Amino acid sequence: MRRLVERIRRLSVSLWTLIVPPTVWAGHFLFSYLWAALNCAKAGRFATFPTLYVAGTVLALLLIAAAGAIATVQANTPGDPPPHEQSTDLDRLRFLAVATQLLAVLSAIGVVFTATPVAFLTDCR
Amino acid sequence: MDADNRIRQEGGTTAREATIDAIIGRRVTGSVLPALLLAACNRHQSALAPFGAEAASTRTLTIVLLVAAVVIAASMTLLMRHAIRTPGERLTHDQGMKLVLWAGGVFPTILLFALLAASLPLMRPAPVSPADLRIKVEGEQFWWRVVTAPGPGQLVSANEVRLPVGRTVAIDLAGGDVIHSFWIPGLAGKMDMIPGRINTLVVRADKPGRYRGVCTEFCGLSHALMAFDVVAMEPAAFDGWMAGQRGASATASAAAPGAALFARYGCGGCHAIRGTDAASAIGPDLSRYGNRATLAAGILPMTTANTAAFIRHPEATKPGVRMPAFDHMPEADAVAIATYLQGLK
Repeated sequence: MRRLVERIRRLSVSLWTLIVPPTVWAGHFLFSYLWAALNCAKAGRFATFPTLYVAGTVLALLLIAAAGAIATVQANTPGDPPPHEQSTDLDRLRFLAVATQLLAVLSAIGVVFTATPVAFLTDCR
Repeated sequence: MDADNRIRQEGGTTAREATIDAIIGRRVTGSVLPALLLAACNRHQSALAPFGAEAASTRTLTIVLLVAAVVIAASMTLLMRHAIRTPGERLTHDQGMKLVLWAGGVFPTILLFALLAASLPLMRPAPVSPADLRIKVEGEQFWWRVVTAPGPGQLVSANEVRLPVGRTVAIDLAGGDVIHSFWIPGLAGKMDMIPGRINTLVVRADKPGRYRGVCTEFCGLSHALMAFDVVAMEPAAFDGWMAGQRGASATASAAAPGAALFARYGCGGCHAIRGTDAASAIGPDLSRYGNRATLAAGILPMTTANTAAFIRHPEATKPGVRMPAFDHMPEADAVAIATYLQGLK
């Protein structure tokens, strides 16, 4: 575990971790719509046992959690308290890390808020 | 007149105008506000005066959301007032971040989730079985074709939907020409009527009475003049009404002078009257015309004069109407046809 944390800490500053949570959220949103539309159009009724949908939602939450975990490790790099506004590598890393953390929380909430109506729906009408 | 005088006079005029403006303003406020409040007294076409289960739960949800919105707005205002008045440096950085986390993140998330969970059960459509009564409604420019219990022994009518109280009713909605939307505010939410597609609205009325529905999707020039009457009846009365309506019209007499004129002017080319040769389904079915409470899809009171005027100049009441004008028809003929139609009960 410690080696993993060390490895994450050595990662270079990147926008990739930042855009993972909202991208996964958008993908899950599309998946939810396709799930309902395809079931209604092809099967003619709403899926009664949505294993695939639950798996997709769990996968989305795991990906968001992973991005959030990497961001948390990076945000905990020792340094001044926020705002991280200096044009140094350290501040850039910590700024991106905090932004990624917040986006991960928002995206996780978004995924749950999108999945709840799908769980409530029972009918294609 | 010297300059001082002129200025004084202009000043006087301005003051007078201001007073007049104030009086007009007061009058407008004095008349508009009560009018807005009086709109709440509308019992026959209001989502706030429900006569069906779905509209009742929608009203409850509206009240819950409204109260929540007011509470949130008031607490935010108080919080902002407190923040502005509190001297700086009262909170440490950590305390400030904690406040943002709880008051700005956790609390709104939980509250929004609670409101979402409260509203979701309403998205579940009411259960319906094949034994339940079906009513097929098609939107046309600018009227409603209503077929109660489609199939053998179906009852074709127009601009009036009758429902039994306490029974589940499935309303199959379709657009005959363009997209319309079917809304009985006191009964249930609105649903679109799309050509080539059937949307089913499941409703249950729980209070007998006369109500009103409207079209809520812009469908042409007379979109705002496309309404219909809704009659919620006790189940026994509804069954009696269905049995009584299926046959030929009670007073449809070929001997009536209007009946001959109806045939001579070719009204049967578009309209149907059960028990006569007129059987076309292009325009509204007129078999029980005399029983309807309103004329021209919920727009005019049902009188002979209104009917006669509508026959000769339908476009005067409904711009863009598909029925051609019969302005060459003598008024006496129009009145005779109107009298005949009103006798169809």
